[in-house]
Amino acid sequence: MDDFLVIDQVSKTFGAQRAVEDVSLTVAQGEAFSLLGPSGCGKTTLLRMIAGFEKPDRGRILVRGQDITALPPELRPVNTVFQNYALFPHLSVWENIAFGLRMSRRPREEIRTGVERMLELVRLGEHARKRPMQLSGGQRQRVAIARALVNRPQVLLLDEPLAALDLKLRQHMLMELNTIHEQVGTTFIYVTHDQGEAMSLSDRIAVMNAGKVEQVDSPENLYETPGSSFVASFIGDANFFTGVAVELQHEGYVRVKVDGLGSPLVLSNGTVSTNQTLRLMVRPEKISLTLQRPPSGERVNAFSGIVEDMAYFGSHTRYRIRAGEHRILAQLQRSRFSGGEIDPARGAEVWMSFHPDEGRVVRLEAAA
Amino acid sequence: MKRSRLPAFITFGVILFLFAPLVVLVVNSFNASRFGGEWEGFTWNWYVKLWAAGEVWESLWITLKIAFSASLAAMALGTLAAYSLHRFRSWLQTVHHMLITLPLVMPDILMGMSLLALFVLSGIETGLLTIWIAHVTFCLSFVTMVVLGRLQDFDFTLLDAARDLGATQAKAVKKVLLPLLLPGVLAGGLLAFTLSIDDYVITFFVSGPGTTTLPLRVASMMKTSRSLPMINALSALLIASTFIFAALSSRLQRRA
Repeated sequence: MDDFLVIDQVSKTFGAQRAVEDVSLTVAQGEAFSLLGPSGCGKTTLLRMIAGFEKPDRGRILVRGQDITALPPELRPVNTVFQNYALFPHLSVWENIAFGLRMSRRPREEIRTGVERMLELVRLGEHARKRPMQLSGGQRQRVAIARALVNRPQVLLLDEPLAALDLKLRQHMLMELNTIHEQVGTTFIYVTHDQGEAMSLSDRIAVMNAGKVEQVDSPENLYETPGSSFVASFIGDANFFTGVAVELQHEGYVRVKVDGLGSPLVLSNGTVSTNQTLRLMVRPEKISLTLQRPPSGERVNAFSGIVEDMAYFGSHTRYRIRAGEHRILAQLQRSRFSGGEIDPARGAEVWMSFHPDEGRVVRLEAAA
Repeated sequence: MKRSRLPAFITFGVILFLFAPLVVLVVNSFNASRFGGEWEGFTWNWYVKLWAAGEVWESLWITLKIAFSASLAAMALGTLAAYSLHRFRSWLQTVHHMLITLPLVMPDILMGMSLLALFVLSGIETGLLTIWIAHVTFCLSFVTMVVLGRLQDFDFTLLDAARDLGATQAKAVKKVLLPLLLPGVLAGGLLAFTLSIDDYVITFFVSGPGTTTLPLRVASMMKTSRSLPMINALSALLIASTFIFAALSSRLQRRA
């Protein structure tokens, strides 16, 4: 692994509150990396420590092998796009972008070409003379990115880059950020509480909870094989069941007895022993609904329930189905109805089924 | 629907109430009558006499010197006070805030007397210096309040952003905080300037021989009816300059 940015056992406490606890991460050069978690999970504190606004109580931060832990923000090869952009209101767009180059006393000609290169990158050439107040939210954000990138930082930090934009613009800037990242090739570190944003922006995501890193993985792996129930519920929706392992099969398959749902066969990443209490996760969209019992077989987990509630979302419909003590979320693409297979109403009995590969053991609990 | 005339009446009443005395004064400054009881014809005479009254201009010069230097000092101190009030939260700053707003509501006569008592006790001879100290004292609170208002709107992540882009702490303050605070500081300074120019009560206590400021001079001129119309002329000029300063000050405060 390329150890371009290394966060080595970093901890930070504010009074009695442990904001960041013993976090270690490595980020590769040119990677788009996200720190994802709910508010208060420590992701912003971690970002501020990388930028130099907070000093870690313990641990080190290295960029390209150089220990920057003790450096003040102005001496770090790191620049930040702030959540509310923090553009200088008394300076024009041009002067905002030139600020960093002026601070490092670059020659006049270099400042001019640098700023113009950035204006071109973020396509704001015609707005160069305007003040930030005269720009739209999306334009301000692009100024903030240009202002940070003009200094050619080793690492670009982006604090909730899309939070201040409305939905339509957010979709657009998402693509834009990916394009910019591709063009400049700088290491991008995003901080966000929005899992959708993190998934579509990053090569890898560190999911944080209560000051700790729960899991670091690619978006696909986080979604398909979450390591903990926190990750599973934070990234996408999930149904959770608790059961006891009754039969171990080859290749990680394990049969788990769940009260009221029979004994579904699911997949486990870690080693499992018989009679162990387990937690299972199934994504709502992985559950198929049928009116008839599906043809039984070794590879199908099926159980019936009563439709309690439903909500139509246009592209899909969500159902809440009661099966014994359980409330199960299932999600159907609209196109599946077009075959006229099922269109369950409230109170209807339906069959739910999922393939063993779609059921995951997320957290192994101490053997019962 | 018929529009109510009430707002117009109220506005007219307020304007009359506020400005009738000023109008009388300005008109009288052109009145040939010495006592201003009735109109005896237009004259520039009082302005000409005023022009020749050397002691008035000397007093004006003293007043301007004090007003200028006192408001400069109040701008510097007031900005620092506002910064510490805004940035630090402690019992000390709570007390600081209470104390700094006190002169805004304290009767001038109390302030004048206490300052005089202090000067006498510490053996400082009353004169330009004591007037200056007294003026800085009461201007400070006003500047602090105006700058504090500005600071409350200031986004301190801008300083983080400046440092992130390579500015040292001092550079960030100079390039970002001060330029954005400047309109507030200037507005506070102008307010202090106008307050200092026309202060009578406090100055009365702490002035000494040879340091008769303009308000003190005017008050002493009141005692001789010979120079009464000259005061009208002087006041008319003061009104004009006050209006100009007030307009400038509010303009600065309004600017983003």
